[in-house]
Amino acid sequence: MHENAREKIARFVNAEDAAEIVFVRGTTEAINLVAYSWGLRNLKKGDEVLVSLMEHHSNIVPWEILSKINGFTIKYAKVNPDGTLNYEDFESKFSSKTKIACLSHVSNVSGVINDVKRIAKVAHEHGALMLVDGAQSVPHMSVDVRDLDVDFLAFSGHKMLGPTGIGVLYGKKELLEKMEPFQGGGEMIKEVSFSQGREQCDITWNDPPWKFEAGTPNICGGIALMAAVKYLEKIGMAEVLKHEKLLTEYAVKRMKECSKVTLHGPTDLSSKCGIVPFNVEGLSSHDVALFFDNYGIMIRSGFHCAQPLHQVFKLQSSARASFYIYNTREEIDRFVEVLKEIEQL
Amino acid sequence: MSTVEDYVARIEGTCGEEKDIIVIFKYDKKDEAVARILKKAQLKNSLAGMIFEVAFRDVSFRVYSSGKAIFRGIKNKEALRDILAALLL
Repeated sequence: MHENAREKIARFVNAEDAAEIVFVRGTTEAINLVAYSWGLRNLKKGDEVLVSLMEHHSNIVPWEILSKINGFTIKYAKVNPDGTLNYEDFESKFSSKTKIACLSHVSNVSGVINDVKRIAKVAHEHGALMLVDGAQSVPHMSVDVRDLDVDFLAFSGHKMLGPTGIGVLYGKKELLEKMEPFQGGGEMIKEVSFSQGREQCDITWNDPPWKFEAGTPNICGGIALMAAVKYLEKIGMAEVLKHEKLLTEYAVKRMKECSKVTLHGPTDLSSKCGIVPFNVEGLSSHDVALFFDNYGIMIRSGFHCAQPLHQVFKLQSSARASFYIYNTREEIDRFVEVLKEIEQL
Repeated sequence: MSTVEDYVARIEGTCGEEKDIIVIFKYDKKDEAVARILKKAQLKNSLAGMIFEVAFRDVSFRVYSSGKAIFRGIKNKEALRDILAALLL
């Protein structure tokens, strides 16, 4: 069943081969896997890695750590004041030195959907690879890795009705085959042997994807993620996105009734997913979150692991309302009702 | 003899430039903790009997009936611990 799960997930993102699906703990581990398995051996002083300023820390920190070891340069592409990607700046930063471009498909702060296909095309024209953080896109819309032509795609199970501790790294087969293992142990080897009379250990790696899955796999997690994928497919990813967009439009419309509430992100809602970042005048985002918590409404507060984007927005922190298939218009009405009470604090 | 740990499940520093500190009281002790705080601290404002804006020793903070409190402007966790001890014990 674990391997069935791999096949199911491969089809879900339209991978060519189930061997392109590596099970990991989550998006963070997937990006770290690429950084260490590919980056450690392929990035050197003089090379450049291109990252946007809207990234989650998990798509910044692994590259920063690695750059301290290998001495390559990280270039950060600008974000417009409304939270959209500055494509001109991103594209202008590509050069023959660029080895990989790293970009989130959907911002976890603003919900902005990035045209990763466009950036992937430019990356490939410069001979660079394209890594996409799909943590906020794969659960919410149809993602086709072959259509996008991305080299790596990372996503997490717990953001798409699956359990925590399971996630996926999609990687093009030819790349995974050339990459060295991420961690060592069982499962990821074919053979570990000592020839008689020699003190040298000969190790043969397993084939991808197992080459990257050292140790006993999270079998339950993989199977549970397959169940989540089946459930989402039954609804249809187009329907999931449609539902979220309707909720987002409704939430934004209703939140505009609140005079002390400032909404962040683009005004063009067609280019964003079900995420609405906001602040309430005179209150920290944590106050706002605790207030909602008291009413059984869960929102996120703080930097959302994306401090650089908050610096772009010139915010100390933000509150974030987000929607998924289980949310309703009635819940948004209740949310706005409580928000109006918060304004009175 | 009671200790702060009898009431407090977790103390978390928030992420964000505000550097707020959130105190989460133990579920079975939350009502008692909130009651003790309200007894000793000065109530400045309350909303629906669920959210209380209070002050104690020149520190303003909010207490939520859900069993959480948010402090700001506290020097460090030691200073917070002193305040919690004075309020809860």
